[in-house]
Amino acid sequence: MEFPRNEDSMDLQQSVFRSPQGSSANPTGEIDATHHETALESRGVHLYYGETQALKGIDLAMPERQITALIGPSGCGKSTYLRCFNRMNDMIEGVRVEGQVIVEGLDVHRPDVDLERLRKRVGMVFQKSNPFPMSIHENVSFGPRMTGVRGRGRLDELVERSLRQADLWEEVRERLDDSALDLSGGQQQRLCIARALANEPAILLLDEPASALDPISTAKIEETLLQLKESYTIIIVTHNLQQAARIADRTAFFMLGELVEYNDTTTMFTNPGHAITEEYITGRFG
Amino acid sequence: MPGSETTHSEFVGAKGALPSGLPGIWITALATLAVLLMLGALLWIVAVNAFGWFWPARISEIVLDDGTVRVGEIVAREPIPAAGKEVTITVYRVKLKTGNRELTRSDFMWIDEAAIAANSQPEDLVRVVRSEYGDAFGRIVAAYRDDGAQVDIDSPRALEGFLETGEEWRRANRRLEKERDQLRRPLTRLEERLDSLERSARAGTPEGAQEIATLEDTVAVEAKRLGPRLDALLDNHEGNAQRLLQSRIVLVAGADRIDVPLANVIEVVWSNRLGFLSRVAHAIREGVLFLFTEPREANTEGGIFPALFGTVLLVLLMSVAVVPLGVVTAVYMTEYARPGLALRLANQAVNNLAGVPSIVFGMFGLAFFVYQVGGAVDRAFFADKLPTPTFGTGGMLWASLTLALLTVPVVVVATREGLLAVPQSWRDGSLALGSTKWQTLRQIILPAAMPGILTGLILAVSRAAGEVAPLMLTGAVKMAPSLPVDGTVPFLHLQRKFMHLGFHIYDVSMQSPNVEAAKPMAFATTLVLLLLVILLNLTAIVVRRRLRRAYQGQVV
Repeated sequence: MEFPRNEDSMDLQQSVFRSPQGSSANPTGEIDATHHETALESRGVHLYYGETQALKGIDLAMPERQITALIGPSGCGKSTYLRCFNRMNDMIEGVRVEGQVIVEGLDVHRPDVDLERLRKRVGMVFQKSNPFPMSIHENVSFGPRMTGVRGRGRLDELVERSLRQADLWEEVRERLDDSALDLSGGQQQRLCIARALANEPAILLLDEPASALDPISTAKIEETLLQLKESYTIIIVTHNLQQAARIADRTAFFMLGELVEYNDTTTMFTNPGHAITEEYITGRFG
Repeated sequence: MPGSETTHSEFVGAKGALPSGLPGIWITALATLAVLLMLGALLWIVAVNAFGWFWPARISEIVLDDGTVRVGEIVAREPIPAAGKEVTITVYRVKLKTGNRELTRSDFMWIDEAAIAANSQPEDLVRVVRSEYGDAFGRIVAAYRDDGAQVDIDSPRALEGFLETGEEWRRANRRLEKERDQLRRPLTRLEERLDSLERSARAGTPEGAQEIATLEDTVAVEAKRLGPRLDALLDNHEGNAQRLLQSRIVLVAGADRIDVPLANVIEVVWSNRLGFLSRVAHAIREGVLFLFTEPREANTEGGIFPALFGTVLLVLLMSVAVVPLGVVTAVYMTEYARPGLALRLANQAVNNLAGVPSIVFGMFGLAFFVYQVGGAVDRAFFADKLPTPTFGTGGMLWASLTLALLTVPVVVVATREGLLAVPQSWRDGSLALGSTKWQTLRQIILPAAMPGILTGLILAVSRAAGEVAPLMLTGAVKMAPSLPVDGTVPFLHLQRKFMHLGFHIYDVSMQSPNVEAAKPMAFATTLVLLLLVILLNLTAIVVRRRLRRAYQGQVV
C-alpha cells in the first residue's frame, strides 16, 4: 500500500463486502496459483471524477496470456478501471487517480512514461466499433503509420497478419481499399481488434466489445479472443455473464467502485465467495 | 352506457368553420410564396435588363410628320403622362436610341407615336460600334481607303474586306506595342535602377556619383544598340495608325452625316439583316467579348474583364488568407482551450464580429493594413520610392486581408460546428492506438471536419464576393491601369489597385458620364456578379458533397 487508506471507508467496505471466510481480503496474494506471470496490476487505485469517487482502492493482479473478465452492474466502475491501464481517463476533465497502476512491472503514472508507447503496448477495443472513415487497409495500418512504419510492403504484411489474427482476412482480402464503414457491425468490431493488433501490443483491453452485436457475431468475436489468448493478455469488460463464463480464465466482480471478488471463473460461477456475488451471477439484481 | 356519449362529445364533433391551424398555415405559405416570387423577380429583372446589352435590336428608320428622319433602336414605349384628367385614349411615346453622340449630345430621344408618319426597318441600316462617342447608327453611303480611293460599298465583299483590313492594322499595332515593350525591357530596367540610385542617399557620395556615371553610360550604349530596331517598330506602328485614321466610312442618318475613321470602328453590325440564329450567335459573341475585354470610354462601353479578374483574384486571395486563420482559431477554441469564461468571451466576440457593418472593417483595413502595416513595409523595403507609396496605399493585398478579417467569424463558427460533430469515438480510437493529439487532429479530426470547413468557406466567399464598401477604402478603383497579374517578375503584384464587379456596378450606374446609355451594362455586370457568386458556391458545394459521401454509413 503506497498511501494511507481512509480507515472509515475501509471499515465501510469491509462491512459491506467482507465474506464470512474473508477469502478475498488480499486478492493479490492468490494469483500465483497458476504458472502465469502478472501482466497488469493495480495497488490501491482510487479514482475520482471531480468530487465523485468512482474507484475505491482496487487491488488486482491479472495474469499474462489469460483472459480476465471484469463483471458487475452498470456504473460499478469496471470500464473506468479498464481505462486506467492505457490512461484513457487522462482525457476526461477533472479525473484524478491515486495508487499504482502497473503494466508489466512499471507504474503507468511515472513521469517518464511515454504515453504513446504505453498505448501501443496496451491496445484497446471499445464498446461501440469505431472504424475511421478510411479504407480497411488504412484503418488497420493506422497505428503503425502513426509511429513511423513506412513502406507499402511492410504495412501490407502487418495488415494481413493482423486481419488473419482477428479472423477477418478471408472476408475482406478482396476489398482492402474499400471504406471500412461499409463493413457489417461484427466485421467492424473485428476490424477494430485487428487495428489494435497491428500495433503489436502485449495486452488487449476490451470494453464490452460484443454488447452491440448479434449472437453469431458475438460467437465469432469470442472465438477470436480464445485464439488470441495464446499470445496476448486479454482483459474484457462484459455485461454478459455467460460470455465471461465461456471465455474468461479469471473473473473479477466489481460493485459500487469496489472489487468484491476475484477468482478462477469456474470457482466464481460455481462457488462464489460472497453472498452478493451469488446474487449477481444468479440474476437477482444487475 | 349512459356516460359514454358525454365523454365522446368532448373531443369528437362539430368544429368551427376552419380547422384551428389553417389560417396560420395559409399565412406562412403565402409568405413563402412572396419570398420566392421576389427572388424570381430579382433574377428576372436583372437577366432581362442585362439581355438587352447583348441582343442585337432592330434598327428603325422613323419618318415624322414634319418630314424629319430619325434612325435608331426603339428601347422603350410608355404612355405620355396626360395633362388633362379627361383623356380616355392613352397616347404613347417611344424612346429611340439614336447614338451619334457627337452630333446630338445625347444618345436617346423621345418621339410621340402620334407624330410618326412612317416606321420601317430597312436592311441596309447599320450600327457601328466605335471606340469614341459610343454607337453610331445610319446607312453607309461611302467608304474611303487611306489613299483616298473609294470602296465599292454596293459589293458586300469589298466593304467587308475593307473593314477587315482595318481590323488587321489594329491587330498589327497591338502586336507591335507588345514587341516594343519586350524589346525595351532591359533598357527600362536599367533606367529604373538609375532612377532609384539617383534618388537614394548614396547619390551624393563620390562612389555613388561614379556608379551613376557608369550606369548612365550603360543606358546610353543599350539605347543606341536598341535604337534602330525600336525606331523601325515605331515607324510601322505610326504607319498603321495613319492608315487607320485616313481610311473612313461615311454614315448618313436622316439629315446627319458622320465620318468615322477606321481607327474608331470596332464593329459594324447590319442588325436588320440578322436571322434569329445569327442574332443568338451575335449575342453569345457579345457576351464573350463583354467578359474578356477591357472597358472603354469611362467604363460605359466595352467589357468588364479587369473587374471580373479583380473580383475572382480578390476572392481567391481572401480564401487563402481566411481558411488557415479561421481553421486554426476554431481548432484552438474547440480542441485545446479549456472551457471557461475566457472561451465563452472569445466565442461571443467571434459571433459579434460577424455582425459588424462592413464599412467598419473597411476603416480598420485603411487605418491598420494600409497606413500602419503598409507604411512600415514601405519604410523598410521601398524607401527609395518614398514619398510615393508602394504598399502604403490601398491595394489587392490589403483589400483581400480586410475581407478575410470580415469573413473569418463565419469560417470559425462553421469549422467549430464541423469539429464538434466529429464523433468522440474516433478521437478515442486514434489516441488509444498510440497516436499523438496532433496526429489525431491531422489524420482524423480535420479530414472529418472538412465539410464544415468548406461550409464556412462557401459562406465566406458568398459574403466576400458581394462586398463593396470596405473595398472602396482599401483599393478598389474605377479604372486600374494594369491587372494585378502580368508577365513581369514577380507576376503577382499585390500592391496594385484593382477593379471589382461590385464597385463597377456602382460606378457604371451612378458615376458614369452617360448613365442612361450605360444602364443595360450595369445590369449585365450585375448578372455576371450574380452568376460568379453562384458558380463559386456551386463549386464548393460539389466538393463538399464529395467529401460527405466519404463519411456516409457512419452513424454520427
